[in-house]
Amino acid sequence: MNLGVEFCGVQFKNPVFTASGTFNSGREFADVIDLNQIGAVIVKGVSNKPWKGNVTPRIAETYGGMLNAVGLQNPGIDVFIREDIPFLRQYDTKIIVNIVGRTVDEYVEVALKLANADVDMLELNISCPNIKEGGVAFGVDPNMAELVTREVKKVAKQPLIVKLSPNVTDITKIAKAVERGGADGISLINTLIGMKIDIHKRKTVLGRKTGGLSGPIIKPVAIRMVYQVRQVTKLPIIGVGGIMTGEDAIEFMMAGASAISVGTANLLNPRATMKVLDGIENYMKTYNLLDINKIVGIIE
Amino acid sequence: MCYNPLNKVKCRVVHNNEIVPNIYDMSIDVGEMVKHINPGQFVNLYVKGGIHLLPRPISICEVNKKEKTIRVIYAVVGEGTKILSSRQKRDSIEVLGPLGKGFEISKGKGNILIVGGGVGTPPLLELAKILKEIYGEKVKLTIVLGFKNDIFLVDEFKNYGDVYIATDSGRQGYKGNVIEMIEDKLLPYIDTIDYLYSCGPTPMLKGLQKFNIKHSIKGEFSLEERMGCGFGACVGCVIPIRNSVNKDSINLTKETMKDNDYIYKKVCKDGPVFDCLEVIF
Repeated sequence: MNLGVEFCGVQFKNPVFTASGTFNSGREFADVIDLNQIGAVIVKGVSNKPWKGNVTPRIAETYGGMLNAVGLQNPGIDVFIREDIPFLRQYDTKIIVNIVGRTVDEYVEVALKLANADVDMLELNISCPNIKEGGVAFGVDPNMAELVTREVKKVAKQPLIVKLSPNVTDITKIAKAVERGGADGISLINTLIGMKIDIHKRKTVLGRKTGGLSGPIIKPVAIRMVYQVRQVTKLPIIGVGGIMTGEDAIEFMMAGASAISVGTANLLNPRATMKVLDGIENYMKTYNLLDINKIVGIIE
Repeated sequence: MCYNPLNKVKCRVVHNNEIVPNIYDMSIDVGEMVKHINPGQFVNLYVKGGIHLLPRPISICEVNKKEKTIRVIYAVVGEGTKILSSRQKRDSIEVLGPLGKGFEISKGKGNILIVGGGVGTPPLLELAKILKEIYGEKVKLTIVLGFKNDIFLVDEFKNYGDVYIATDSGRQGYKGNVIEMIEDKLLPYIDTIDYLYSCGPTPMLKGLQKFNIKHSIKGEFSLEERMGCGFGACVGCVIPIRNSVNKDSINLTKETMKDNDYIYKKVCKDGPVFDCLEVIF
């Protein structure tokens, strides 16, 4: 049974990755799951300087999901390179660094600092809805998306994936734009912008009013977008959005994803990635599927 | 195999009763977990309503090592805790924990002031029990508990020290909040306090911090913040912690603090217990 996948020229032992922002750099999970079993750790977004993130409350529960407005709190690229890369390199898993910025220059600065670092791939985050400038501003405008992709690609030494925002009218336009910009792969989707009101207090639950909706509630939207993007580009896709089980992962792969990221499920059960991996194996056994790559994009 | 707090455990509800309106007292058979709990830690309870995915993080009120049970006391505040309140004896429930860092037990010698407010009171019961178990006569507990109207756990606290009650409504004990009561009734005793432990609503802790500064009392607070995962992964439940505790920084508030004044720490993992002067409210 082959679970190995190739993505942008890099070999992964299996298609189960972790979605950025739900796994930090793996430390919180290392005692309870074997990080060697994960295809890749896509780490929490890293910026050029430390970011404080947003005010609290940052989390709100919703039907079948959650809203977050964490705002990419992170200690910055220097700390990441010094502490997190050596930590993750103890394990036989791939490192994909999610990079964030407020301006093109900030994104470029992070990619430059990573150029000589021991990481396998970059994931350009142009889709975080929780910061004022940058972030999603790049993700909803095809010209901006293309521009930032091109500038980062110029300095990047590792394959570059771009993570897309679902908060657009036509996701295919953004996908094509980042392809023109030189992206090697696409990751989708990031969270959907949402809001929750505490009717007893008559105010929004989140300190920042709006936040990103994630969890199983968004899965059908993500499946649809993976499918749509698959139709317009040859770039390989990482599918993400509400994956809780192996069956969910298989669904994403059939829609066109070559690999998948487990996100919110990590927060609900630290062993979620292992559960998804088990589920994929069970599916393969049930249908006598010898190679996981055979189901990628089989939905016409 | 060694116990791992991040493995979800399927447990049994032993009982789950409403003790005063809207407040429930639940015991859960958690097996080996009982050997690994410090006072002040909490557990994630998963209600599995299908639509409620996030855990309810609830502090541990008491540990019964012999029966292998933990006791939690919680208020019904939303749909999730409402479902939790409907769990009955012998129902199964998924539990993750113990989580977080509990109280610093080594500080709990001499004259100890314990201040609890409302549903912040429960974790202090296990603390009081453990302090008495460990230090016996070397510790004297003065326990001040504040409630809106209905009081609970009070008789159990009496096993470990002198208990004083304040209620907002004045229905029982002193009419007013805990700080007013301490300043009104316990002031001569304040100078003798060696250490303070507290857990309760934010306005109470905020007031207590001012009180601690005024009377030079050291201690720690157990805090609450809206959590996502409960084990440090989502970075949702942060609290600003002063970079330094001094004359100038002590008056900072969440509204006035600048980037260089604080760092964010995670309530679920770095806490929920923090030094009482370091927290910025």
